[in-house]
Amino acid sequence: MQNRTMEIGVGLFLLAGILALLLLALRVSGLSPTASTDTYKLYANFDNIAGLTVRAKVTMAGVTIGKVTAIDLDRDNYMARVTLQLEKAVDNLPVDSTASILTAGLLGEKYIGISVGGEDAILKDGGTIHDTQSSLVLEDLIGKFLLNTVSKDAK
Amino acid sequence: MRKTSLMSRIGLFGRAGIDTVAVLGRSAVFLFHALLGRGGIGGGFGLLIKQLHSVGVMSLVIIVVSGIFIGMVLALQGFSILSSYGSEQAVGQMVALTLLRELGPVVTALLFAGRAGSALTAEIGNMKSTEQLSSLEMIGVDPLKYIIAPRLWAGFISLPVLAMIFSVVGIWGGSWVAVDWLGVYDGSYWANMQNSVTFSGDVINGIIKSIVFAFVVTWIAVFQGYDCEPTSEGISRATTKTVVYASLAVLGLDFILTALMFGDF
Repeated sequence: MQNRTMEIGVGLFLLAGILALLLLALRVSGLSPTASTDTYKLYANFDNIAGLTVRAKVTMAGVTIGKVTAIDLDRDNYMARVTLQLEKAVDNLPVDSTASILTAGLLGEKYIGISVGGEDAILKDGGTIHDTQSSLVLEDLIGKFLLNTVSKDAK
Repeated sequence: MRKTSLMSRIGLFGRAGIDTVAVLGRSAVFLFHALLGRGGIGGGFGLLIKQLHSVGVMSLVIIVVSGIFIGMVLALQGFSILSSYGSEQAVGQMVALTLLRELGPVVTALLFAGRAGSALTAEIGNMKSTEQLSSLEMIGVDPLKYIIAPRLWAGFISLPVLAMIFSVVGIWGGSWVAVDWLGVYDGSYWANMQNSVTFSGDVINGIIKSIVFAFVVTWIAVFQGYDCEPTSEGISRATTKTVVYASLAVLGLDFILTALMFGDF
């Protein structure tokens, strides 16, 4: 009887370990088992993606509808080519939709926000969003501001 | 006179060095024999279960309680630091990364060395001083196989499991403080965490760390017991050595492992 309770205790202990691993995988690291069948791909070309990373979220009206799966440099036109993986449920984006790189909070992470266009034609799997707005680079902004003040002083 | 005393001092120094090397060699041979040398765990599964119970299950309470409190403290400290930058929603990410990468494996290994390691040393040391080990050998039973191997395996298995439980409980305790008490939005606590924690990078590396620590801590504990002087002072010295050596080894190895895993070399 003593032996039996011990075995049950060890069994529960190991079960708790497996459960902990599952929780770490699913709840903490967000490893979701959803297959790529219910998503589709879009591409977007940006002048500057500074700070955007793979796995960043893609939102529309604040709701997350996908994520960034790859970022690479387009050799031909020297622009950043971002691959977006969007949910199949949102398959009615007009071709003139805008993708812009936004920042969550002051020091937060970068993400992509999509705002809807007005065209009737919709983006298909593998389509490209042409209308994009680049990442806000603080140095550029400060540079412009300084230039502005200098030119005002000169007047 | 002076010269000979200097010589004998140098001699003593040398002997201490040779002794240290001899202990290292003996412990390596001991580990090799216990794990591989003479055919697995004696007495089969039953002995392993018994040791898993005394080493793993009995350590569960201290691991769970300290996990909850460490998670809560991390959330509290993280909140008060991050809120001065206006980014208190990153507290979940901070708690999860700290626990998974560092505190989970390290604190669990330190607690394990104190709770289970010292008990292992004392138990085996006591067996040695009451000559149970030699009597086993006399009747033709290999003590490495029946006494040492099940304890080693129990330590290797239970420390990684305990470390995972520690991390999960800590993250849960952190969410309790941050979300329910300090009012961080539930969604941003978990979403920030899921965005920044990667399974292959953080969770797996944490588990690898705890496996390494399990190996080192259990090895030190069991060897110190097996190698101790068979007197009461000898046992008490061996127990102290277990806790000190195991803690130092864990902290030192942690730096090396972190440098290898997250140092980007």
